[in-house]
Amino acid sequence: MSLILLAEQVLNGLQFGVMLFLMAAGLTLIFGVMGLINLAHGSLYMIGAFAAAGVAAATGSFLLALAASLAAAAIVGGVIELVVIRRLYQRDHLDQVLATFALILVLSEATRWAFGSFPLYLNIPPALSGSVRLPGGIEYSLYRLSLIGIGLLIALALFWLISKTRIGMRIRAGENDREMIAALGVDISKLYTVIFALGAALAGLSGALVGAIQSVQVGMGEPVLILAFVVIVIGGIGSIKGALIGAVLVGLTDTLGRVLLPPFFATFMEKSAATTVGSSLSSMLIYILMAAVLIFRPSGLYGRA
Amino acid sequence: MIAERWLNAALYLALLAVPLAAWALDEPFVITLATKIAILAIAGVGLNLALGLGGLVSLGHAAFFGIGGYAMGILASHAQSYTPLMQSPFLIEGTKSMPVIWLVAIVVSAAAALVIGALSLRTTGVYFIMVTLAFGQMLFFFAISWPAYGGEDGLSIYVRNGFPGLNTLDPIQFFAIAFVILSLVLILVSRLSRSAFGLALDGARQNVARAETVGINPFRVRLVAFTISGAITGLAGALFADLNRFVSPSMFSWQTSGEIMIFVILGGVARLYGPLAGAMLFILLEHFLGGISEFWHIYLGLVLLGVVLFARGGLIGTLSRAAAPHD
Repeated sequence: MSLILLAEQVLNGLQFGVMLFLMAAGLTLIFGVMGLINLAHGSLYMIGAFAAAGVAAATGSFLLALAASLAAAAIVGGVIELVVIRRLYQRDHLDQVLATFALILVLSEATRWAFGSFPLYLNIPPALSGSVRLPGGIEYSLYRLSLIGIGLLIALALFWLISKTRIGMRIRAGENDREMIAALGVDISKLYTVIFALGAALAGLSGALVGAIQSVQVGMGEPVLILAFVVIVIGGIGSIKGALIGAVLVGLTDTLGRVLLPPFFATFMEKSAATTVGSSLSSMLIYILMAAVLIFRPSGLYGRA
Repeated sequence: MIAERWLNAALYLALLAVPLAAWALDEPFVITLATKIAILAIAGVGLNLALGLGGLVSLGHAAFFGIGGYAMGILASHAQSYTPLMQSPFLIEGTKSMPVIWLVAIVVSAAAALVIGALSLRTTGVYFIMVTLAFGQMLFFFAISWPAYGGEDGLSIYVRNGFPGLNTLDPIQFFAIAFVILSLVLILVSRLSRSAFGLALDGARQNVARAETVGINPFRVRLVAFTISGAITGLAGALFADLNRFVSPSMFSWQTSGEIMIFVILGGVARLYGPLAGAMLFILLEHFLGGISEFWHIYLGLVLLGVVLFARGGLIGTLSRAAAPHD
């Protein structure tokens, strides 16, 4: 295998990881601050993608489509927080799992009802299509490269928001002691709605960004949701830094596993058997990684025990 | 509590009476529906042992359901094609005999539950939910990418497996098998929950520190419960595969885990007959709402939301409280 191909796959893994981070960041914030496990996060990802595809088809503008994905996911997120989610904060995890599972059923079917069962397509904007030549002679898709850039920028913005701004201070305070900050006069229920909508917007944005390189369809959110769960279990629930490192780790492991494992097995096995074993094992690799992390650190890399 | 006992008896008898009536009226479809309810109830009773009594919120029970299904599919497909399953170091042949298949399904899913449980039970709370979910997904992707047994397309078994002395292709006889197994599983779980083991499990759920103080090892009790729970769900998977004469990776999917959990919650957590009530309600909703609207999952979702938010204790909890206000 040539080094150029390998470098390309590393970039693909990084791009995948950065997009996973956008999902995982919202999940881990919502869990860290509100103690809520939200299975419907994947539906917000889907809603973002559909909103973007709809607006792009109507206006032809990719920027407007991205804005629409942020707005639609934030609005839907805010509404379900006000109507359903806020009744669940005091409940046990079982009720949260069930209620948010029910939300998936409702949101997925409503989307199917509104947009039909056929996948939609969202085109890469002309300014970002084509490929660029990176140092070392690597040809790489400009759009995917921009995804890595956007994802890292958002990660930086999120770190800044959490560590330097007033709202970030409140979020951190909410993680530590919700009664105390309520007693200090912070409107805690408004804060929760804002955090939930922020997480939703990030999920919606990543849905729209990834929607341009995959098809936009009902059910697209759940596989990503489960990967995001793996990410935050590895990184430690509640930790943004853990989410970023976990996401990149999962993205790289998955992408490189698929590329490297079949040829690795082919060095000592018959070729067709090697492909079978290699591809089966690589589809399970991130779960094996998760199990390994849990054996050594049951609360994740950066989780508080 | 008396009301709950009557309600349980009524549900149990209804599950028996409806297919018998359908048999007399020659309505095989209704019998098949009742068989499906009985089999899914077995899966739910299995999960309820871990979830209700043990407080272990497993979102990965599809793993065991799928393993049971594939135990049936793999053994029967080898018997169907007259090829041995394994030749060295010793010969293993496929089989079309239900009791053998059930035994294999129980043993293999129990072994899987032991391994998955030993890893997952190191974590608690929300980590446990996500880790069990992830293990379920791991097996799902394995089933999809392993081509030997149909991969993504699944496996069809042309003739339902046999049970000595019965014609399993006759719907009412296959229903009888499922019904008897459901009854046996209910007896087993009811005995278990009143045994010293069941009390220890319940105690560890309510207060770990107290359980430890009286000398109970919570990890071991939970692991045993998780293993038995996985084995029961695996048995249900083998029966479900036989009902459809088809297995596919979708048995491993996380929606399956969610649905098994829905049976438990709809009926009422930690109530012995809860999964039966839940499976009945679910299948009836699926049947009638599915007939009304193509988008019946919206209504299912709304019903589920209503139950979680407003009817805690599920169907049995709500009905038996209404019947016994002084409870």
